[in-house]
Amino acid sequence: MIKSVKLRLAIVLATIVLALIYLFPTMGGTVPDWWGKIFPTEKIHLGLDLQGGIHLLMEVDVEKAMHASTDRMTASVKRMLLEEKIKVSEVTQGNTGTIKFVLEDASELERLQTFLEERVPAWNHMSTQGSTVVYLVSEKDQQRIEKLALDQAVETMRNRIDQFGVAEPEIRVQANNRILVQLPGVKDTRRAIDLIGKTALLEFKLVNDQFDPAKISVAELGDNLEVLYEQTRDPETNAIISKRPYVLEKKSLMTGEYIANANVRFNSQFGEPYVSLEFNSQGAKLFDQITAASVKRRLAIILDNNVYSAPVIQEQISGGQAQVSGRFTAKEAHDLAIVLRAGALPAPIKILEQRTVGPSLGRDSIRNGFISMVVGFLLVVVFMVVYYRLSGLVANLALVLNLLFIMSILALAQATLTLPGIAGIVLTIGMAVDANVLIFERIREELRFGKTPRAGLDSGYGKAFLTIMDANITTLIAAIVLYQYGTGPIKGFAVTLSLGIISSLYTAIFVTRLVFDMVAERRPLKKLSI
Amino acid sequence: MQFFNSDKMNVDFIGKRRLFMMISAIAILVGIAALLVRGGLNYGIDFAGGTMVQVRFAKAVESDDIRQVLAGIGMGEASIQQFEGEEAHEFLIRVEKSKSDLVGLSDEIKTVLDQEFGAENVDIRRVEMVGPKVGKDLRRQGMLAIIYAMIGILIYITLRFEFRFALGAIAALAHDVMITVGVFALLNKEFSLPIIAALLAIVGYSLNDTIVVYDRIRENMKGSGKSVFVDIVNRSINQTISRTVLTSLTTMLVLISLFFLGGGVIHDFAFAMIVGVMVGTYSSIFIASPVVIAMQPKKK
Repeated sequence: MIKSVKLRLAIVLATIVLALIYLFPTMGGTVPDWWGKIFPTEKIHLGLDLQGGIHLLMEVDVEKAMHASTDRMTASVKRMLLEEKIKVSEVTQGNTGTIKFVLEDASELERLQTFLEERVPAWNHMSTQGSTVVYLVSEKDQQRIEKLALDQAVETMRNRIDQFGVAEPEIRVQANNRILVQLPGVKDTRRAIDLIGKTALLEFKLVNDQFDPAKISVAELGDNLEVLYEQTRDPETNAIISKRPYVLEKKSLMTGEYIANANVRFNSQFGEPYVSLEFNSQGAKLFDQITAASVKRRLAIILDNNVYSAPVIQEQISGGQAQVSGRFTAKEAHDLAIVLRAGALPAPIKILEQRTVGPSLGRDSIRNGFISMVVGFLLVVVFMVVYYRLSGLVANLALVLNLLFIMSILALAQATLTLPGIAGIVLTIGMAVDANVLIFERIREELRFGKTPRAGLDSGYGKAFLTIMDANITTLIAAIVLYQYGTGPIKGFAVTLSLGIISSLYTAIFVTRLVFDMVAERRPLKKLSI
Repeated sequence: MQFFNSDKMNVDFIGKRRLFMMISAIAILVGIAALLVRGGLNYGIDFAGGTMVQVRFAKAVESDDIRQVLAGIGMGEASIQQFEGEEAHEFLIRVEKSKSDLVGLSDEIKTVLDQEFGAENVDIRRVEMVGPKVGKDLRRQGMLAIIYAMIGILIYITLRFEFRFALGAIAALAHDVMITVGVFALLNKEFSLPIIAALLAIVGYSLNDTIVVYDRIRENMKGSGKSVFVDIVNRSINQTISRTVLTSLTTMLVLISLFFLGGGVIHDFAFAMIVGVMVGTYSSIFIASPVVIAMQPKKK
């Protein structure tokens, strides 16, 4: 312990000034300009449960991404085999990640194996049965593809959220292919989920008008045709009102990856919103070819397997422009333009957890939290003065400083204050005086043994010190475990509880001791008000 | 002011240890029985999965009205709970249906409520949806967190004291957690994520009390000469009881404030803490130290 009272006083005053500086932006409302040049301007960050907003936990279906990636790889291997003149009658993906080759001539087995070993090292040989060979995508490559899909999904979501305009969104990758998204201040859950969670895979496919979509059989569909629907939704309830089937050629001629820009436009006749697309140069060329080859046929525009429209191609379209129309509201068109600009997610996602807090509840929570803090504080303060008299007043000073330090560290560390976090602070008020109770009880004991006030103070603080440390470190262990495990708001509780414990050690031991020493320095202690 | 005078106090806590252990054993058994009878805890959607909607109406609405409206969309089974206080017509609607797609559920609820009571009268204040998979994860993590905390504490106390002290502390903590959980089972109160936080805070708090007693025992053991261990323990408990009760009192003061004024979410958390602090105070006096005595190696 530092002996000099002056030095200790300087330390305490310096920490108080520092704490006030960090807390000023939160308390002061508006911060003057000159302040920002010298001092920090960060306010205490409020959790979603206090300021309102949406919390979403999503899982990326990496298996689908894996499947799609293997499909693309299989197609290109097929082409290479054709060039090498290795005759295979079938190359297909079985279970995700396994590729089956059926050779026309079993004697070419060795050539196929050498070829694949050289050109596709990521695939491992699994089994051979006659002329059928099965390969498996190596674990390392599977992990690479999964990680890529996850990274891409996060990137795309970030892009969409940025374009939508949310202040301070939080997007984090978690274990098990999960992504956590927090959107403060956003209220419309359905819209947010649509915006973030939509795969937004835009495809152009030709309509086959030879078949009646209502009557076509599975046999007629075969491998190359499929039936997709145009769904009409009630704008208010989001329920599907009607479904209109189309027979389409399965092969997608073009996808949304060539989109350079997408914007909302309004139909000049009825003022209905639609999304106009602009392709990049590569896409414009492709679109030109597609439209040239299929004049007078219908081209379906499909988003996530829903047909939006299927206009007849009147003539070759060379400008690199197209439009997606449907029965949109202006909001829907606006959001659709965003997702098309930001690009498709690499794989579908599933919402695992969703928590939305409205702004009115957030305000109520802040008020309730504040009131319970003030009342709890007053109860403890009054109790301490009644029980320990002047010494209780010293403990109360420590308590006030403790609150000040907790708040300023929250601002300094940019930690998030949540409702359970406020509960943690309130709880700290009750528990922080514990250190002083321990010390004071010990001093009373020493005084009863007939020690002088001065000696009682010394041995009281000395003997209680280790006990206080032991007791607080074990509580800290529980708080740290809680921080590790806790999610969202609960983490906030662990944060304020830990901060409260650490800061109470400083205020309840160091600061109160200083006060007693300062009093003792002025005049010799005859009696201790304890 | 002074409640206890530790010099004159000499209650034989240890002598009656069998009685207190019996009381605790009965309390724990009642909790276990309640768990068995009810078929487990009343898990909130955090752990069970499901959808919860907190809604406030601008006019008086009966929970039966809401149930009828929900029955129209096949959610008649939903649990509907009105918030206390007459001014606010506020309800919690909980649907446990473990539908694979829970996402649209809250929208459906909002739509029918808007239609029935008028959109301007309906304020959706909070929506929570937890998928069954996440619920299972959270449940497992919650259990693990409590176990990890106990292991960490076991190690720390073994280092600072002796292993038998650590065993006593852990016995007291397990006792506190079991009784608090038992109370939740008995009252069929909802067991949610904040309650796990409360349990961990209780673990930390109760330990605090226990350590203070242990510290005193250790101090009294030094230079105790021929004193019998049981007497040292008893004296230590008597010396620290004033502090134990005082700290519990100040903590209880703030918890009562949280319980009555903290609002809905904090209410149950504060309730768990109040039970835990009471049980924790009891266990650090009547359970933690007697276990250390029971673990005392027999003298030859």
